[in-house]
Amino acid sequence: MKDSHDHPHAETGATGRPGYYDFLESAVRELLIEKGHLAAGEIRRQIEVLDSRTPAVGAKVVAKAWCDPLFKARLLANGRSACEELGISFYDDTQVVVLENTSSVHNLVVCTLCSCYPRPILGLPPDWYKQKPYRARAVAEPRVVLAEFGTIIPDDVEIRVHDSTAMVRYLVMPQRPAGTESFTEEQLAELVTRDAMIGVIRANQPAANEP
Amino acid sequence: MVDKVFQRRGAALGIVTAAGEVAPFMPGDRIRIKHRVPIGHYRVPQYLRDKVGVVQSIVEPSAIDNEEEGYGRNAGSRLHYYNIAFPLAEIWPGYGAARDRLQVDVFETWLEKIR
Repeated sequence: MKDSHDHPHAETGATGRPGYYDFLESAVRELLIEKGHLAAGEIRRQIEVLDSRTPAVGAKVVAKAWCDPLFKARLLANGRSACEELGISFYDDTQVVVLENTSSVHNLVVCTLCSCYPRPILGLPPDWYKQKPYRARAVAEPRVVLAEFGTIIPDDVEIRVHDSTAMVRYLVMPQRPAGTESFTEEQLAELVTRDAMIGVIRANQPAANEP
Repeated sequence: MVDKVFQRRGAALGIVTAAGEVAPFMPGDRIRIKHRVPIGHYRVPQYLRDKVGVVQSIVEPSAIDNEEEGYGRNAGSRLHYYNIAFPLAEIWPGYGAARDRLQVDVFETWLEKIR
């Protein structure tokens, strides 16, 4: 890398005039603070809460379930209390149902009305999850949508699309890939991606050079 | 889980349950999603109106009606959400894979039992 830094960069962030919703957000936030309903620190703290939830958290939950049959049974019986065992809090007071993919059932999660998502476990949803093409098509032609993600589901496997619209959030537990019998929980967690826990892809296959 | 089985057990002890406490639908019940068109906030997707499905489970905890609560109106007693399964072929005419299905949680006020 060069020492000098003489080339221009694009501006980070918006440089145009703020839009309607930017003003609305600022106005509501400032009013809430001014009237003493919230302190600025509480808003910052909530951003930290959200930032601490990433797909790596969900991957740990799935990898533990693959390794520990008793934990898996508790996770499938009550997703929230099993996650709470690991110290994952449910700051939005949602329940979570964990859906196990098997050789005969493939689960897929969508929120057709908005963007309901297991945020306490996975963090913020990807943009495509919130946009209308995915939301409309996942419930109408799930096999086509899955194929576009590279996931071909055999005809004899039942697809269950979960339209997550109410009080409960859904997390898919993908199938443990073959050839991972000797893997540690940490190695397994690396195979579990965000998209696998939404159900649009399978867990990653181990790379050929891993144990 | 306060369902009809629970209620029968309690009845032997003389237990009376509160309004809305016992879930009136049971897993296995066939239901139809009502054709309602409320104005404002609701949580039932349009594409499910008039569709017939089967109750999979009673969702706990029970909750007040957010169609009312969202506007600061009296949202009444707590009622239940139910997880309902519909064959995708029931929702979309011409859908190919007969066993593929959709599952969704629907509030009690939207369900009518098919007898």
